Amino acid sequence: MELLISILVGILFAVGVYMMLSHKLLKIIIGTAFLSHGTLLMLMTVGKLKRGAAPIIVDGVENAAYVDPIPQALILTAIVIGFATTAFSLVLAYRCYQELGTDETEQMRGDFTDEH
Amino acid sequence: MSTNLIVLPIVIPMFTAIVCMFLHGHDIRLQRVAAALSAAASIVVGLIIFSRVLPGDTVLVFTASGWAAPFGIVLAVDMFSAIMVLMANVVSAACLYLAFTSLDSDREENYFYPVWFAIMMGISGSFVTGDIFNLYVMFEIMLMASYVLSVIGCTPGQLRESFKYLMINIISSTIFVVALALLYGMMGTLNMADLSQKIAQVEDQSLITVCSMIFFVVFGLKGAVFPLYFWLPRTYVEPPAPISALFGGVLTKVGVYAMIRVFTLLFVGDVGFTHNIILIVAALTMLLGVFGAIAQMDFKRILSIHIISQVGYMIMGLGLYTPWGLAGSILHIAHNMVVKSSLFLFEGVTEAITGTGKLKEMGGMLNKFPLLGWGFFVAAMSLAGVPPLSGFFSKFALMSAAVDIDNYWIMAVALITGFFTLFSMSKIFFYVFWGEEKPLPEGAGEVKWRRMLPCCFVLVLISIGMGLAAEPMFNVAMAAANQLMDPELYINSVMAVPGVRG
Repeated sequence: MELLISILVGILFAVGVYMMLSHKLLKIIIGTAFLSHGTLLMLMTVGKLKRGAAPIIVDGVENAAYVDPIPQALILTAIVIGFATTAFSLVLAYRCYQELGTDETEQMRGDFTDEH
Repeated sequence: MSTNLIVLPIVIPMFTAIVCMFLHGHDIRLQRVAAALSAAASIVVGLIIFSRVLPGDTVLVFTASGWAAPFGIVLAVDMFSAIMVLMANVVSAACLYLAFTSLDSDREENYFYPVWFAIMMGISGSFVTGDIFNLYVMFEIMLMASYVLSVIGCTPGQLRESFKYLMINIISSTIFVVALALLYGMMGTLNMADLSQKIAQVEDQSLITVCSMIFFVVFGLKGAVFPLYFWLPRTYVEPPAPISALFGGVLTKVGVYAMIRVFTLLFVGDVGFTHNIILIVAALTMLLGVFGAIAQMDFKRILSIHIISQVGYMIMGLGLYTPWGLAGSILHIAHNMVVKSSLFLFEGVTEAITGTGKLKEMGGMLNKFPLLGWGFFVAAMSLAGVPPLSGFFSKFALMSAAVDIDNYWIMAVALITGFFTLFSMSKIFFYVFWGEEKPLPEGAGEVKWRRMLPCCFVLVLISIGMGLAAEPMFNVAMAAANQLMDPELYINSVMAVPGVRG
């Protein structure tokens, strides 16, 4: 199972990087979303994919198989952060499109020596 | 020692941000008062924390909701963190003063102060945290606010550069999470003190070294080291001066701080490999940063490219990995936070008067604005490392540390970089302040530049003070460096604090 998910993570990364190499702002943003989903899956995989009880210690029950809760807490945090960043980048891309009149990164290039 | 004091650097800016958000739409002076009070309170808290750790035998620890390490989130402040918190808050206060006096009302009234304190919360949080995932969260808070600050005002240039800045940081955050996942997968903990103990017990360090290099890339991207600095000059040039000053003075140093923290506490298993790479990268960063600056003919661009070469000095001490070298790094970070921000603030005042940043369109301002000119001169000389200013002593420490371990090539690189820094700083001085007077644009006489100057001068005075009080500064930096080189105290303090629960 871990192997399968690892390959999936790899595919997500590849798709994300491919999208980020394109010229359109929107594609780049979707690419970042793929990347962050890949990392979330990876976080989950390093915590070992297994079935088990919720990690709450109850009196009288010993040696129960618990699931490691930390990766899930980390994923939750990372999802929130990723959500905020994606929302912000979408707004920024829209505003860029409005102000600069283009969503092509090639045309957005500002020369370092020109007027600004 | 367990204390609640070290939560304050995070909590004070957080509440100020919230209060300022509610004051939006009211008289802007209310927000200014709140901002000024909060900045003052943060400095006081910084001073108290610093005085508590100054004896050198205490590390302040806070366990969130009473969960003891390694199960809960801990905050831990040693001398290095305390110095960083204090300096960051001093610089922020000075930049805020320029924002009060020079920022246009469009920007200032458009949630400037809430975002400012959000970024301060992230920065202080990164300095005080003792948990590496918490470090990631604090980085994200800081970055989210920095995206907004870099785009506030929405000029075409700002939009363009902010988008690139945003993308670079999304990529680096992704890599950060990957590195965290690998580290957690190997070690099963994210508390830095606990990680340090567990990593030391691992026999085969090769995977740890791989992981450490991923962290190096992440922090290198934030701290702008070779070859990951390409985004920095343009992003830092576009926003108005108070924001550039905060970015240039404090933001990159957070990356450098994190790098020094992990490469002294966690990844010390294969120093011959990792720290030599850091040293080589430091040399390239210094050289390429300073050469980039020589080619420029714009006030602000020269300053922002110089950030890169200065980052090279900071990680040079880490690469040497001796107490004296690290002390040099710490001194250089403290010195550079102050001086770099003051230079950006001087640039802001100059640009407010002349309305341009181009060196060739300015000239002879020394006649009409002697205070501005000589103030800039002192700050510039401090950056270049002229005694008796603070820049000289930090570079002296770094270079003598290099000589101590017979590493002459890095010393040569540092000297060359210092020389070219002097060259480009005097270039600015000669073009802008020296020489024939060029006509100022209309309305220049009405700019209230005298009101803007105090913040610059406070920072210049701190730089002079740090230079004149070199011996106590060396002692403090040396004590901080010893704590970093021998993390026993840090680890024991964090692990010894008993939790209230569990």
